[in-house]
Amino acid sequence: MKTKLAAVMLASAVVFAGCGSNNNGADQAKEASTNTEQSASKVENWDEITGQYRDFALDQTDKLVAETDKFVQAVKSGDVETAKSLYAPTRMYYERIEPIAEALGDLDPNIDARENDVEEKDWRGFHRIEQSLWVNNTTAGAEDYASQLLDDTKTLRALIETVEVEPSLLVTGAVELLNEVSSSKVTGEEERYSHTDLYDFAANVEGARKIYELLKAELNKQDAELEGQIGTSFDNLEQALATYKSGDGYVSYTDLKEEDTKKLSQLLDALAEPLSQMGTILGA
Amino acid sequence: MTTDDKKHAGDSILEKPVSRRDLLRLAGVGGAGLLLGASGVGAIFGAKGSTALGAAKPSSEDQIDFYGKHQAGITTPPQDFLMFASFDLTTNSIDDVRKLFKSWTEASAAMAKGVMIGEVNDNPNLPPTDTGEAAGLNPSKTTITFGVGPSFFDARFGLASKRPAVLADLPAFGGDELREEWCGGDIGVQVSANDMQIAFHAIRNLARIARGKAVLRWTQEGFQRTGGADSAGATPRNLMGFKDGTGNPDTKDEAVMNEVVWAQSGDGTPWMAGGSYMIVRRIRIRVEVWDRSTLGDQEATFGRHRDSGAPIGSKKEFDPVDLSRKDGKGKPLIPVNSHVALARGNGSVKILRRSYSYSSGMDNRTGQFDAGLLFICYNRDTRKQFIPMQQKLGQMDALNEYIVHNGSAVFACFPGVREGGYIGDTLL
Ligand code: HEM
Repeated sequence: MKTKLAAVMLASAVVFAGCGSNNNGADQAKEASTNTEQSASKVENWDEITGQYRDFALDQTDKLVAETDKFVQAVKSGDVETAKSLYAPTRMYYERIEPIAEALGDLDPNIDARENDVEEKDWRGFHRIEQSLWVNNTTAGAEDYASQLLDDTKTLRALIETVEVEPSLLVTGAVELLNEVSSSKVTGEEERYSHTDLYDFAANVEGARKIYELLKAELNKQDAELEGQIGTSFDNLEQALATYKSGDGYVSYTDLKEEDTKKLSQLLDALAEPLSQMGTILGA
Repeated sequence: MTTDDKKHAGDSILEKPVSRRDLLRLAGVGGAGLLLGASGVGAIFGAKGSTALGAAKPSSEDQIDFYGKHQAGITTPPQDFLMFASFDLTTNSIDDVRKLFKSWTEASAAMAKGVMIGEVNDNPNLPPTDTGEAAGLNPSKTTITFGVGPSFFDARFGLASKRPAVLADLPAFGGDELREEWCGGDIGVQVSANDMQIAFHAIRNLARIARGKAVLRWTQEGFQRTGGADSAGATPRNLMGFKDGTGNPDTKDEAVMNEVVWAQSGDGTPWMAGGSYMIVRRIRIRVEVWDRSTLGDQEATFGRHRDSGAPIGSKKEFDPVDLSRKDGKGKPLIPVNSHVALARGNGSVKILRRSYSYSSGMDNRTGQFDAGLLFICYNRDTRKQFIPMQQKLGQMDALNEYIVHNGSAVFACFPGVREGGYIGDTLL
């Protein structure tokens, strides 16, 4: 099966937006695809670029599976502290390629739904285990969710193999990664028990940066000013984010003051606005 | 349909730029709009012509020129709604500031005309340049007025030597309880329009254009009774129930405006000639307290009658204010500590007020309204006009029992922009 990701991507914004239900994704995907078919006219080496992105996504999911395996072992062996320490770094592999995962059916809610995003009986994945670890301070009862999580990441890995990455995925996906940050991470709503939101924040930004790097040369040919503006805005945001580093990771969201989150949010908007103009390289 | 109408319907489609309403018409008839010809388009629009959208012609009386000798929105009769926004620059490059002001000028001129901002509004691969919520609406007398605050002249842009002496942070006044979240800003933008959605659209799009160069610092929406609710255009009442604006100088009298409002070339800051200094105060009214004070107290507080707006002891709103008139016991009819008596003084110092009421929901600490007056005024020299006036009011005004100043900002509003120029081009 080859999935036309570009089309599904657009649909995902509507269908998944924060709630994880995805029943009519296919219909919306059909409609959306008509909008993007004329794309890619201005760039000659698209295949090379999208191929590189595919390799990146595969590499990230490989690591996701490997790291999730360690996390799951810790949960199953009842090692709360190790599980807690592995939780946020593991999720980063997922967050870097989130738009792809979101486009793939039930996978995103299964892996990444927060409480109330889905019905209680369907709730599983990282955040279910997060709740157990941080709220109840135990792994008891989380073992089955852990096994399911590992299976789900493996399915994700297998599906990504089949995906055909379309140019418009890259263009909209980069913005979508930043929208993820601005809707839940910068507000501390993503990691409501562990408060490790800044890890996701950083990973989303890295995922967007990757796409920008891949498109940079082409973008520069067509609109050097825009390319430069995006580059500077990435630098500004990354510099600000770096001030919240702590050891190999990031400080807790609860350590941030209102002025910190406001600053990050404004830098994010300052980046996302020019980034949303990257579609110029697709032509009209 | 008359020949004139036909001609107009045809013209408006070919006209450049296409107005928001034309776009709506075109959208309504799809891609075949032009093929249908003038009468077809006109007919489709005609069906709506007499409804809420108003006349088919984009009427010029609904439109206020953005370009001109002075910025619009100062002596312009107050429109129904206001959105004020204060911005902080995040860039340190004066080139970026110039670019921003140029883009803002273009966008503002378009919005004043009621046309869409930018050119990319139909490419499926890109976000539209205009955010779209004002599409199809008439210009609604939109004015967009720009000014810069004292912080604009700090070390960042090398403009310290150009700061007008008039433009300085205000001194602390009696009764101030200023809150950081409603104070200051590098740039102040006052949008007034006869439609709240259009006013919001303007600030939203300016903020979007500014991304990467400037960020919102604070905003406040304002309202007054609409033209629809009072077609006679009587003096509007503020939230205390009193007519507000009666004592304003006559904006049609050019000599008076040059005296009171417009900075003059000889005033010490040549780049401000034709501009004006704006003072913004977010003044909360303790409506709960006010509502339980007697009518007599209320009228004594202002020195005017509530119903007629007349000075106490007089009959009509515009009867002269005579502070020397006494009652039978020899006490002044208009109390000496009343708002009007103090604000007027000997009548030699005036300002041009352009305030709007605001309501920002409820204060969660008390369960009371957060409502009041977004006081905005313009004057030629803040040091000689607003400041001494507010110093007196802050110390003695009977009104202080019912109000508290919790926001404050001052801006030097540029002179008007000539077509082809941009806001602030006399400074930058
Ligand atoms: C919540 C705050 C305020 C309210 C509710 C308010 C209300 C009023 C009212 C009802 C009048 C009489 C009608 C008129 O002439 O417009 C008036 C007059 C006036 N107010 Fe205020 N005002 C407020 C704050 C201020 C402030 C802060 C200033 C300036 C420092 C000011 C300056 C004036 C002046 C100059 C007049 C005209 C006096 C005259 O020459 O007759 N007001 N105000």
